[in-house]
Amino acid sequence: MEPDHTTGPSCCSGMPQENASPCTCSTAAVPPGIRTTDSEITLANRLDHFLARWGFNREGHRVEPGLFRLGNPAPDFPVFASANYTLSFDALRSALAGTDAWILVLDTRGINVWCAAGRGTFGTEELVRKITETGLASVVSHKKIIVPQLGAPGISWPEVMRRSGFSVEYGPIRARDLPDYLKSHRATPAMRRVEFPLKDRLVLIPVEFVHIALPMIVVAALLWFLAGPVAALAAVAGIIAGTVLFPALLPYIPTQDLSTKGLILGLVIAIPFARAFATNPALPGWANVAGALTALLIIPAVVAYFALNFTGCPTYTSRTGVKKEIFRYVPVMALMAGTGVIIGIILGASRFMGMI
Amino acid sequence: MFNSYTETRLKYYAGKCINCKRCTQVCPHAVFAEGKDHVELAQPASCMECGACALNCPVQAIEVQSGVECAWAMISAALRGKDMDSGECSCGGSESSCCGPSQEQSCGCERK
Repeated sequence: MEPDHTTGPSCCSGMPQENASPCTCSTAAVPPGIRTTDSEITLANRLDHFLARWGFNREGHRVEPGLFRLGNPAPDFPVFASANYTLSFDALRSALAGTDAWILVLDTRGINVWCAAGRGTFGTEELVRKITETGLASVVSHKKIIVPQLGAPGISWPEVMRRSGFSVEYGPIRARDLPDYLKSHRATPAMRRVEFPLKDRLVLIPVEFVHIALPMIVVAALLWFLAGPVAALAAVAGIIAGTVLFPALLPYIPTQDLSTKGLILGLVIAIPFARAFATNPALPGWANVAGALTALLIIPAVVAYFALNFTGCPTYTSRTGVKKEIFRYVPVMALMAGTGVIIGIILGASRFMGMI
Repeated sequence: MFNSYTETRLKYYAGKCINCKRCTQVCPHAVFAEGKDHVELAQPASCMECGACALNCPVQAIEVQSGVECAWAMISAALRGKDMDSGECSCGGSESSCCGPSQEQSCGCERK
């Protein structure tokens, strides 16, 4: 899954071939001509990938859907299906460096193959539509289209066959395995297995973090004002643990459930803060205990909630399992957070009223 | 204990299988393995209910209720009194990729 390539949002990027057919960037519903692309990942492509990873202009990382010539394919050359998300399209065309082929880009509204397949936008309907719209049957001399394996949750090959006459061949999960795959058109078991390695987990962090950065600053500022700098730091630590540390450490945290992993990570993060609150000599004993409890109850609950919301990312979570997690742990998290907040309020009110 | 991912709603009717092996090609977790006369359900607990096998089985020998496994969408559906199973991945409703920019990852819902 090399996040390497492609075009910016316009259909025109990533196709520096002199014989490119005229590129109409208008969004008019004109049946698109066949465009030309190559395997080169330009600096502009890399910038586009970087921005996509940071969640900048989320709607904008698109390739114009339709049929592309990669290099100079003859009518009997293979056809590959892809999504109109630049990271997906670029992964495909760069993996095929040195190969001439046809690329059929489906309109997945700028979403990657797997996610779009899950929602059906990378699906039978759209595949058949694009085959028809582009007149693929008259462009190529065969009736086969190679679809990424992770497109399968949206594609029914018997349906595609029945409706378009094209047979679907499921290629490997990762575009980078294509050169090996194409030697025999057989995928090894490893090519068919999805993993969730460190690199794939790390690339998800920026976008998660960008979403939470502003609320985090607000919460930290409020807490600083209400309860002091240590409390503000605790909020920052909890949120960073939930959004940055959690994905990075995922496989190393004990237990299987994401919620319990989050609780454990949160507890580890909470301990130093609990200790700091518990040893404040300016406050009476009960207030020290209450302060420590607040940290021990709220931080793990918050981190666990972030962890639970990460369920869409790991490549092994099932809907049944996530539902179980929700019923098992959300009440616990709510109870912990609620109790912690109440203790915190009592503590704050006592201080405010000069009782301690 | 602390593992909610041991059961799935995957159902496999071996009697119907015509051994075309498409399920072994589309499953990203090697849940199905090649067998003698029909494929075998080798690792059912690894199933993430993506639905690819059922959709690509030409003889309906596999059933699985698939759906987006996005906790946020399910919780908000539950809070709004809707059926959790009907919950769309509301995460990217309007095209923002619910799926996060990772090209082949599952739905990393933005929480708004």
